[in-house]
Amino acid sequence: MAKARTGAIMLALPLTAFILVTFIAPLGSMFMRSLYDPLVADIMPETVAALEEWDGTGLPPEQVYALAARELERAREEKTIGKLATRLNRDTSGLRSAVMRTGRGLKRAGGPPWSETLPAINAAWGEPATWQALARTGARVTPVYYLNAVDLTFGSDGGIVRQPEERRIYTALFIKTIRVSLTITLLCLAIGYPVAYLIAHSPPRLSRLLLVLVLVPFWTSLLVRTTSWIVLLQQQGVVNDLLVRFGLIPDEQRLTMIHNMTGTLVAMTHVLLPFMILPLYSVMRGIPAVQMQAAMSLGASWPRAFYRVYLPQSLPGVGAGCLLVFILAIGYYITPALVGGQSGQLISNFIAYHIQTSLNWGLAAALGCVLFVAVLLLFLLYDRVLGLDRMKLG
Amino acid sequence: MKLMRINPGQWALRLFCGLAFLFLIAPILVIIPLSFNAEPYFTFTRGMLELDPDAYSLRWYEQVIFGEQWQNAALNSLIIGVSATVLATVLGTLAALGLSSPALPWRRPLTALLISPLIVPIIISAAGMFFFYSSLSLTQTHAALILSHAALGAPFVVITVTASMAGFNRELLLAAASLGAGPARSFFRVQLPIISPGVISGALFAFAASLDEVVVVLFMGGIEQRTIPREMWSGIREEISPAILAAATFLILIAVLLLIAVELLQRPPKKTE
Amino acid sequence: MNTIKASTRLIAALAAVIAAFPSAAQEDDFITVVSWGGSYARSSVKAYHERFVEETGIQIKLDEYNGGLAQVRAQAETGNVTWDVVDMEAGDTLLGCDEGLLETIDYETLPAAPDGTPATEDFLDVFDVDCGAKSLIYSTVYAYNDTLFPDLKPATMADFFDLGKFPGRRGMRRTPNANLEFALVADGVPADQVYEALSSEEGIARAFRKLDIIKDKVVWWEAGAQPPQMLADGEVVMSTAYNGRIFNAWALEKQPLTIVWDGQVLATGYQVIVAGTPKLELARQFVAFATSTRSLANLTKYISYGPLRRSSLALVDKHEETGIEMEPHLPNAPQNMANAVLEDPEWWADNQDEMNERFAAWLIK
Repeated sequence: MAKARTGAIMLALPLTAFILVTFIAPLGSMFMRSLYDPLVADIMPETVAALEEWDGTGLPPEQVYALAARELERAREEKTIGKLATRLNRDTSGLRSAVMRTGRGLKRAGGPPWSETLPAINAAWGEPATWQALARTGARVTPVYYLNAVDLTFGSDGGIVRQPEERRIYTALFIKTIRVSLTITLLCLAIGYPVAYLIAHSPPRLSRLLLVLVLVPFWTSLLVRTTSWIVLLQQQGVVNDLLVRFGLIPDEQRLTMIHNMTGTLVAMTHVLLPFMILPLYSVMRGIPAVQMQAAMSLGASWPRAFYRVYLPQSLPGVGAGCLLVFILAIGYYITPALVGGQSGQLISNFIAYHIQTSLNWGLAAALGCVLFVAVLLLFLLYDRVLGLDRMKLG
Repeated sequence: MKLMRINPGQWALRLFCGLAFLFLIAPILVIIPLSFNAEPYFTFTRGMLELDPDAYSLRWYEQVIFGEQWQNAALNSLIIGVSATVLATVLGTLAALGLSSPALPWRRPLTALLISPLIVPIIISAAGMFFFYSSLSLTQTHAALILSHAALGAPFVVITVTASMAGFNRELLLAAASLGAGPARSFFRVQLPIISPGVISGALFAFAASLDEVVVVLFMGGIEQRTIPREMWSGIREEISPAILAAATFLILIAVLLLIAVELLQRPPKKTE
Repeated sequence: MNTIKASTRLIAALAAVIAAFPSAAQEDDFITVVSWGGSYARSSVKAYHERFVEETGIQIKLDEYNGGLAQVRAQAETGNVTWDVVDMEAGDTLLGCDEGLLETIDYETLPAAPDGTPATEDFLDVFDVDCGAKSLIYSTVYAYNDTLFPDLKPATMADFFDLGKFPGRRGMRRTPNANLEFALVADGVPADQVYEALSSEEGIARAFRKLDIIKDKVVWWEAGAQPPQMLADGEVVMSTAYNGRIFNAWALEKQPLTIVWDGQVLATGYQVIVAGTPKLELARQFVAFATSTRSLANLTKYISYGPLRRSSLALVDKHEETGIEMEPHLPNAPQNMANAVLEDPEWWADNQDEMNERFAAWLIK
């Protein structure tokens, strides 16, 4: 028995190690990235350490100024000053040019007292807010990205405050993502349930044929399916052309069905529908049709028999399908990015935006972690209510 | 008699489902004729509807088949897809054998761990992989994409092989051992033939997943790692041309072939029924 | 016998490997040049890529991008630099230079004008960045589909925001850049005071309030190739766009598009070299070639972007394929400059993050 145990462990070990390295470690590194930001502390270690002693009001003492001047000068020589400037600017707009100009100015500047020289090079050094920003961003471990991910930030007194209204994005976006995902899940359920029912209770040959009609889209590349919706729904697209040709709408009033929420909803429902139908089908297949007939022969109406006999037995499939579709929807990126326009953007689009465009990787990581925790909670909830064991993947 | 029993409710169900199937299939079918459009448009021209042969052409197929960009993309897709599939299949099959043994400790959490890449939303996995490989200076390499795609594909192999093991009689292994076969010999002679449909369909799933994957490629791939879906992505975002539709038609063809292969593998031989 | 066979095979294999080396070295004789796609890339290829390949024997691999520093940063940080030369916007050039992602360009090494004027004096005195070789001046303007406005035609930036006078959907780039400037000009701020206004909270709020008016009617674009297509398709009645793209759609594809120069936002474009490229010398050679008097003047034969060399300006002639006189179509032609905003890359570098956030928040509201 011990030998069998060792054998089984040895077999499972390679993939376990592989998944730990190539999948779990990346998730871990995202978590690190969301909390740990050593950039400022690495470039200006002594200044940051000295600022910890400072009470945060007024201006810091001359000694801090001297350290800052020295470390800024070094950062300029080592060409790290640009990164420092970018990071500080993300905290307070305008600090980028202040830091860069200071770096250039230090070449020509005189010497101590630095508490006069630095503000002379750039007025920002005469503002307490600049030093507060430096102290704030100097912390290696920082909750600031999580705060930003829920539209909070540090106020000037160091307390946590809400972002100014014109900069609040993410709470609204999370809510919108959940709302859209729920809508898509319900749409998939509404379309998928009858379809799965029909497939499950058709004669075998027909059932197999119908199943193929579900499996072809399931196997077809996501990009292909997204492209098709662009072809169909755009202004000069197939659907609009048909409507115009049949005189249902005038040529000048073609419908806008893409690059907006409609586009996202239609295309995502199409993409995710098989994920609803397949688990439903695999559960329904196991429900004997005779039960319904028995209930009806005992005098129950069809709706009543369905509600009392069939529906309860199909619930595991409903649960599995809804969970799958919802989780896939909540993390979808490609389809909303291509057909969503501005109103169809979801949280995943902003994660990609911060990774690829704004380069605010800490915020991208924090948003990713929040989303991950949401998905995890959903799984746990599902496990509690229905049990993951009963989930079937088609 | 039978016809009498088909009530309006059933007709409504059939009509509804007919529309649903149309919704599922029509968008995919519509791409195919449009990829033969002679004009650079994404819609049916008058000539196409009148079946004028001049309105149809193979020019977009020429672009896709002979264009250097698309050739490179196909090559990259193939290299990454095949490598990732091999890796995922070997590791996944071994792990599935281990998971199916009742002697394995912590079986449930371990299964959950090995399946997790399938369940975590792709945007999260891709973001994590991006941060991980960029801290190792490995973004913009084929290796990083192969490892990532293998991780995303392995759960498929684990699932299909485990499923094919469900009907496997462990007594057979004992019998083989009692006849003097070593573990390797009994694996290749006894176990592999039985689970091979599961292994192959798992591999096909993993390959299809890699062929379709674009988020990880977008985050981590450079110009040297452009795959077919990556090429389509920029095609859609930049200048839309029916060449994308020609490429899409190829992908549909591949999907149908993969589907047929998996269906044949999963269907039990007729005579045993 | 077998050993002899085996060793001959081995030697043959080795020979094949060695023989492959020179060709591998030749493989290295290319550089990757990254530019904006579509008609601009095609114009650059005709204007100077082809001639560069012909004269130097160095091949060019062309890749596309839509601005930003993400890929450059990823390449520089991973040490796996695959882009050699990038055609970059001013703000990105400034930030990339600050962060050490780009090589410094020494103007002394750029070729002199044909009359001997050194490069340091030949280039126009606009926004200098240490890491960018100035190449052209382009502008974000708006253009409209002529056939849709048979009587009254849009003429000012204010008209773009006037849904009553000119109903229909508008195309705009999905960034705050240029859009904030447009909004303020449309709201009556003189072109040369736009950034002054934007430096106060009130000015920013004013710009967004102006954008509010048309928000529901805007279709957002991202790639420069999209607006001419959207205008031609009738997806929008007017759209902001890069002036050269509109010119090409009009001149080459005979699309009925008209540019409104009022309130245009002029910006400068640069050729930059990614720091750490293993092909630094080839890249420098290309940048010098691409920003030479002749190359910049040649570009105006294919697309209406103004050269940043004085000596090239004098050589501006006719459009290669259509024979259209090019000078009136350049964004910096005097008659087009009446109410032009000159982009301030410093302001944008300082405020890009914040404006992006506010813009995103505004979009989803």
